[in-house]
Amino acid sequence: MTTSIHVSVGQVAATLALVALAAAVSFWRKADLERDIGIATIRSAVQLTAIGYVIKLIFDADTIWLVFALLTVMVFFGALTARGRAKKVPGAFWPLLIALGAAGTTTLGLVVALGVFEATPRYLVPVGGMVIGNAMTASAVALNRLGDEMTDSRNRIEATLALGATGQEAAQPIVRRALRSGMITLVDSTKTTGLIFFPGTMVGMLLAGANPTDAVRLQLILLYALLGSVAIAALVATTLAYRNFFTPAQQLREIETHPLS
Amino acid sequence: MLFELRDVSLTRGGRRVLDSVSVAIPAGATAIVGPSGAGKSTVLRLLNRLADPESGTISYRGVPLPERDPLALRREVSLVPQLPALLEGTVGSNIAYATQLAGEELDLERCLRLAGLAAEFAERDVSRLSVGEQQRAMLARALAQRPEVLLLDEPTSALDHAARDAIEGTLAELRRELRISVVLVSHDPEQARRLSEWVVRMEDGRAVEAGPLAEVIA
Repeated sequence: MTTSIHVSVGQVAATLALVALAAAVSFWRKADLERDIGIATIRSAVQLTAIGYVIKLIFDADTIWLVFALLTVMVFFGALTARGRAKKVPGAFWPLLIALGAAGTTTLGLVVALGVFEATPRYLVPVGGMVIGNAMTASAVALNRLGDEMTDSRNRIEATLALGATGQEAAQPIVRRALRSGMITLVDSTKTTGLIFFPGTMVGMLLAGANPTDAVRLQLILLYALLGSVAIAALVATTLAYRNFFTPAQQLREIETHPLS
Repeated sequence: MLFELRDVSLTRGGRRVLDSVSVAIPAGATAIVGPSGAGKSTVLRLLNRLADPESGTISYRGVPLPERDPLALRREVSLVPQLPALLEGTVGSNIAYATQLAGEELDLERCLRLAGLAAEFAERDVSRLSVGEQQRAMLARALAQRPEVLLLDEPTSALDHAARDAIEGTLAELRRELRISVVLVSHDPEQARRLSEWVVRMEDGRAVEAGPLAEVIA
């Protein structure tokens, strides 16, 4: 697993031809995405280059604390980003932060404890990044669904509260569907992996010259780890977030638009 | 007095929904009438503690509402809200759910009969009910908890005349059989005349008149 290849700046620059193609398509069919494509291209180059240097720094320093610091920052910004997708959920930030933290800690803790990976920056940084990224997407989708359904079903939820149900009881079917929607994408893509698409890690390892068997095994490890982390993230986020819709007297809060909370 | 509201005010979205409402509601059958937007349904939600007023006090049988357990209160003072409000599943599963929340014995046949529904409705999926049948199913579900007070929010507003008359007949029957108190919200003064003994008339978030039926609705 220690193969390495060299990629020149020229090679990267050459692929800008495909970015130009995308921009041309957008311009020609008036999709109005040229600006976004430009921003995406520049941001990806800047962000990835920056994180590349950070990772190199952490690898060189070879200390576990820098890994923790990097993952903490990722969890924080992940929660911030996911909150943007969960605008209808009041106070979504803390549930998301705790969800991403729990998903990262549990998943990395388990793969290290089970002896799958060594607790070194070389493994923890890339795996942690993937775990947190997928946990972010899953919890954002789950809370987006939660917010939509809680808003659309106000009448039914209040009618259930009026029977003397607690907020937890009244929201239970919605929380269940939100959790499911957070997990379903990864479950489905895991089902079709290898059949319809080659996942990124495997592609990367094959390009780097690794043995296909190793590439497949590493990919499986990551897919299974991601399934666990996505489940934890969606579970923690929905379990904590639905409470914010109810008052201590088991009333459905008046929901105004919460652009940033 | 069953309920007593003193100086109750509530603002929602910058609008004064209730403005210093002070009114007493006795046991028996009370109708809250007035045009839409007068704050009638809001009063009902406050009586059930689905919301709390910003200022003022509300008491039920002499005890301020915040001193009561909201869940127990809601089973004793049962709100039948506007549609749609049934849970997915059958009429029977809705009734069973309400029964279980109240810790009562399940008696499907009794609940359906009191609400004027035939026994075979227990198996009927709620998505296949007419509006009138949904209203009856909601009534059956509320009655499953053996409440002492029924709060009815426009129970016939979505119905044609025949269905309305049938529901009104059921409600009158219910009052005779169970000796239950009813607080009914209606935009129709004629319905108040048919179903109530005491009337509260609301306008623009204020209770402008309250008293025996003959005094308020001439």
